[in-house]
Amino acid sequence: METPEKTVCRLRVNGDERECAVTAGTTLLEALRYELGLTGSKQGCDKGDCGACTVLVDGRPVLSCITLALNAEGREVTTVEGLAERGRPHPLQDAFDRTGGAQCGFCTPGVLMSAYALLNRNPDPTRDEIAHALSGNLCRCTGYTKIFEAVELAAREIRERR
Amino acid sequence: MSDVLKKGGMAVPKGRMMPREDRLKPPQWEDGRTGPPNGGEFTTIGKRNRKVEGLAKVTGRAVYADDLALPRMIHAKLLRSIHAHARIVSIDASAALAMPGVHAVITGKDLPGFFGIIPWTEDEQPLAEKKARYVGDAIAAVAADTELLAEEALRAIRVEYEVLPAVTDVDEALAHPELQVNEKASEGNISKQVRLEFGPVDAALANSDEVVEAEYWYEGSTHAPIEPHCCVAELDATGFLTVWSSTQVAHYLHRDLAKILGLPTQRVRVIQPVVGGAFGGKSEPFSLEFCAAKLAMLTGRPVKILYTREEVFYAHRGRHPMRMRYRTGIRRDGKLTGTDAVVHLDGGAYSSFGLVTTYYSGQLLTAPYALPAYRFDSTRLFTNKPACGPKRGHGSVQPRFAFESQLDRLAEAIGMDPIEVRRRNFIGENVKTVNGLRVTSNGFLQCLEAVERESGWKKKFRRLPYGRGVGVAGSMYITGTNYCIYPNEMPQAAVQIKLDRSGRATVFSGCSDIGQGVDSVLAYVVCEELGLELRDVRVVAADTDLTPVDLGSYSSRETFMVGNACLDAARELRGKIAATLAGLWGVPKGEIVLAGGVACASSDPREKAMSVKDAFQAAEAKHGTLGATGWYQSPKLGGDYRGGTIGASPAYSFTAHVAEVECDPETGVVDVKTIWVAHDCGRALNPVGVEGQMEGSAYMGFAEALMETHTFKPAGAAFPFGLHHGPSLLDYRIPTSLDTPELRSIVIESVDPEGPYGAKEAGEGPLHPSIPAIANAIYDALGVRCERLPFDAPAVYRLLKAGGARERWEKARTQAGRA
Repeated sequence: METPEKTVCRLRVNGDERECAVTAGTTLLEALRYELGLTGSKQGCDKGDCGACTVLVDGRPVLSCITLALNAEGREVTTVEGLAERGRPHPLQDAFDRTGGAQCGFCTPGVLMSAYALLNRNPDPTRDEIAHALSGNLCRCTGYTKIFEAVELAAREIRERR
Repeated sequence: MSDVLKKGGMAVPKGRMMPREDRLKPPQWEDGRTGPPNGGEFTTIGKRNRKVEGLAKVTGRAVYADDLALPRMIHAKLLRSIHAHARIVSIDASAALAMPGVHAVITGKDLPGFFGIIPWTEDEQPLAEKKARYVGDAIAAVAADTELLAEEALRAIRVEYEVLPAVTDVDEALAHPELQVNEKASEGNISKQVRLEFGPVDAALANSDEVVEAEYWYEGSTHAPIEPHCCVAELDATGFLTVWSSTQVAHYLHRDLAKILGLPTQRVRVIQPVVGGAFGGKSEPFSLEFCAAKLAMLTGRPVKILYTREEVFYAHRGRHPMRMRYRTGIRRDGKLTGTDAVVHLDGGAYSSFGLVTTYYSGQLLTAPYALPAYRFDSTRLFTNKPACGPKRGHGSVQPRFAFESQLDRLAEAIGMDPIEVRRRNFIGENVKTVNGLRVTSNGFLQCLEAVERESGWKKKFRRLPYGRGVGVAGSMYITGTNYCIYPNEMPQAAVQIKLDRSGRATVFSGCSDIGQGVDSVLAYVVCEELGLELRDVRVVAADTDLTPVDLGSYSSRETFMVGNACLDAARELRGKIAATLAGLWGVPKGEIVLAGGVACASSDPREKAMSVKDAFQAAEAKHGTLGATGWYQSPKLGGDYRGGTIGASPAYSFTAHVAEVECDPETGVVDVKTIWVAHDCGRALNPVGVEGQMEGSAYMGFAEALMETHTFKPAGAAFPFGLHHGPSLLDYRIPTSLDTPELRSIVIESVDPEGPYGAKEAGEGPLHPSIPAIANAIYDALGVRCERLPFDAPAVYRLLKAGGARERWEKARTQAGRA
């Protein structure tokens, strides 16, 4: 097998300027997890079915396992590691912890990123709107009930804080 | 099947078991083990607490197996059979080995031993050596610099197969014993057969007012945890092997690794990192762990194997497809008379837990209702498909669907409300079932009342317009088994607690947290007993070097067994602290209170008080270094017959569901609106965790009822039999947030006399009634009986088109109006 040629990929992740060597076929998820050490984003299916790899690119949720790393150059990438502010968990993260929104926790980073994007565009979503926003993130543990409760709790707390 | 089993059933050879009176017995506490240690109120137990690892998970810091990277680590991939049944004539890996960056190739000859989770049915090799038994059976492994290169190298391996006819289902397996799938079968394709009869079944059925006979089909389903199986193996310079694996049974993996690799157990260490879901699907060793370890030993490099999602589907070990024929009788007063069940299980190519599954398909049906006479005849068959094993509610979800459907039919036959029928047959507390299971605490009646009330049952049942309906179902489940997978008299669960002068407690346990929260349960127990804040307890778990043996996360055993072990260790330490402070303050030991980080005497809490940290230091000064061990060993339980210990548990949980559905009579689309779940978990140590288990269980049952099918394609022109119908999370349809019904959990606390603070299981029991409750609701809505899973639109449409639905629906209403 020919060794595929690598190029330098410059990514802006969670506010940091990062560089890594990638091939043309390296996905954003692979670059984040295996090149940059940001293992918070998870691989559940590697083909865009489960949503565990969801990150934000320019504020919009994307599936990083079917996004090429080089296509994310020059854009703002946010991962679950970027949600905490000065080491303090984001209200969404705290709410997931308090309500039992994370059981095994493997889908949680992706769910959090979808929920974070939702609350940024809609600070007071209905349960139906939450269910729609999270419908690309499969959770196998919770039956989604506690996830809905967590997003509602976080939305309320963020609104009250403002 | 081995001689041991033939001669002595599940018992060990004579002479190795201790007499009953010498068996380990847990310590007795003056006030039992169900109440708060300080008297009055609990401080931590029963509160809506966080989990110990919760913040690590939500901030992306929790480390799962695939998050590990070791220096010089290489990657391996497995070559899998493309035939469902084929003799392996030869494997030529020379071209693969010649590729630059390829480090090693192994085949079945390199790992010749047989393993299996049940010691009597060891019938698997890490890499199939002489014969492949299903599409996807692993036959070789390659280690290379990168995953991509390892995959490329797989394609360079030449395998010569001699293709054999495939056995595709239970009927073929029975009809063609000469096409033997698994040579370890005792005869033909029979993996296990169990025939047990309790009471005079034929006479009971003959003396019934109504007898209902029907056949049910439970399609297989798989666990589909979001984390694929992954492991990393490393051999150090002294020849010591460490394996990190996404397993839920580190101890059993430890034993099998040592056995297959020919290493002494004391030179093998298994570490379970954070596990991303399991549901029974990671409860036995898989090819990846043996292969990664062997390749690490051959290359001297750390080796990682990560299954693709497709491989996870083929690794399987999920719910057995079951064909269940039931005859059940009832008297006009609503009392059940007898049940006769004939069950065929499609086991796939290997035994897995199948011996136990075959027993569970009958043994776990004998509560919450009193069955005066019961017979089951269960046969597990080998077929050329991925092996089935334990999925949440192991072996008993399928018969529960059949039986609770039977109850619905019987209730209609005698014109009685189905909740009332269930109530009249309630088995009660502190009783023995017909098959000899000891039932102690039992909150089933309260569960029934709760779902009846909360769902508005009386206003809905047989009263909603055509297309809408409600259905009820009940169940029971084990809280751990009294029988260890391999016979021994050592504890089933254990902890060590270290207290030190820093004011912190560390709990070490081999228990396996797979998301259900057992690590947190241990922390709650320690907080309650020693008066610590949750943040001051650390839990070190599932590392065979650091932690005492626990048998792992299966059969809903962890909270009960390791929770009890932890309670005993914490109480021993509490006793030392209380004795120290009582002496210091001149008060009776019973006055010492440890709560919220403070130690005090209840008679004078202002003057006689100090921080728990100071109390630890005082106790350390008096007693020396503070540590304690605790262990759990269940009492000897079960019926006095071969297999009588299987299904015997120190406590049983009970559940009732009501499901409400809205169906489209034109298309057959079923929309489950709400499931009310009432579950008797003994005592909820953390209601958030218990509710989470109840909701997750009800969700998973709903998913099996309506959406999930783990099925295989027949042979086509271009491909052989045995390809999975859709081995991806898109094609295998697991419910999204939009599909899942509203789940309403109601926690019922019966306070079990032997559970830690009265706790029982909550992880598996609440799944059982989902499927029959939905089936019974569909009958109430449409007048059609769903006897085959899944109840998807085409299936319901066919039942509607078969005719008579509307007439049955009208008749049921008229009859209910008369009753």
